[in-house]
Amino acid sequence: MTEQTGAGDFDPNRVRKVLGVNAPQAVAWRVFTERMGTWWPLAHYKIGKANAVDAVLEPRVGGRWYERGEDGSTCEWGRVLVWEPTVRLVLTWDIDANLQFDPQLNTEIEVRFVAEGDNRTRVELEHRRLDRYGARRDEMRRVFDTEGDWGRLLAGFARAAELGGAE
Amino acid sequence: MTNADQVLDALGDRTRRAVFARVQRGARSVQEIADGMDVSRPAVSQHLKVLKAARLVTDRAEGTRRLYAVDPTGIAAVRDWLDGFWDEALVAFKAAAEQEAVKERKRR
Repeated sequence: MTEQTGAGDFDPNRVRKVLGVNAPQAVAWRVFTERMGTWWPLAHYKIGKANAVDAVLEPRVGGRWYERGEDGSTCEWGRVLVWEPTVRLVLTWDIDANLQFDPQLNTEIEVRFVAEGDNRTRVELEHRRLDRYGARRDEMRRVFDTEGDWGRLLAGFARAAELGGAE
Repeated sequence: MTNADQVLDALGDRTRRAVFARVQRGARSVQEIADGMDVSRPAVSQHLKVLKAARLVTDRAEGTRRLYAVDPTGIAAVRDWLDGFWDEALVAFKAAAEQEAVKERKRR
């Protein structure tokens, strides 16, 4: 599960997520960048008319980030700003609140891959510059994040799960 | 506590989940819910009280009976909680990366 970093430093212009992955850093990086189509929720998060079959990241600074439809069409999502293999990635997400590509939008997604062992990687994701959505910032933040405090909710659930059956 | 908290707490109990599953099959009375379960009728009433507080079930009087039915409010609260895009995407990413790591280890 993902968790939210300290709820105390809430910033309405960014969403932060941290999760532990049981995989080596290089594998986590490769699955994130080369195999995005295998995990990106393409059924709900795509903008083209055609059914999306893949999400593609061109592996270089300035590379395009786009979805590919089953009919071969492509729809751009953003581009690569920073490409530091296996360690750090910064992308722009240029889909506006009306689900249209706007190359000027430039919200940013930074992803860091921190090795915590041979088979353990901490993945830190920050989606920032949500102020670029203007008046629709809060609405869009709720699309990317949830309103609740994840840490607190998960703690409540874990507690309940542990107690479950003991009542 | 938010409604999603209450719902997750309420469903964290195995017996209560079983009670809720029975209510999901259609409106029924406490006795009908308790029938065939390994818990007493008062215990079922107690579980229903918690489910009602979490807005997972509602009750209404029908003649001399009180019937319990699903209240969609609680489920909607949990759905909202799960629906954040990055949570959904990253949980899927984690599963894909871990699957790949297992495959690589086998190849070695």
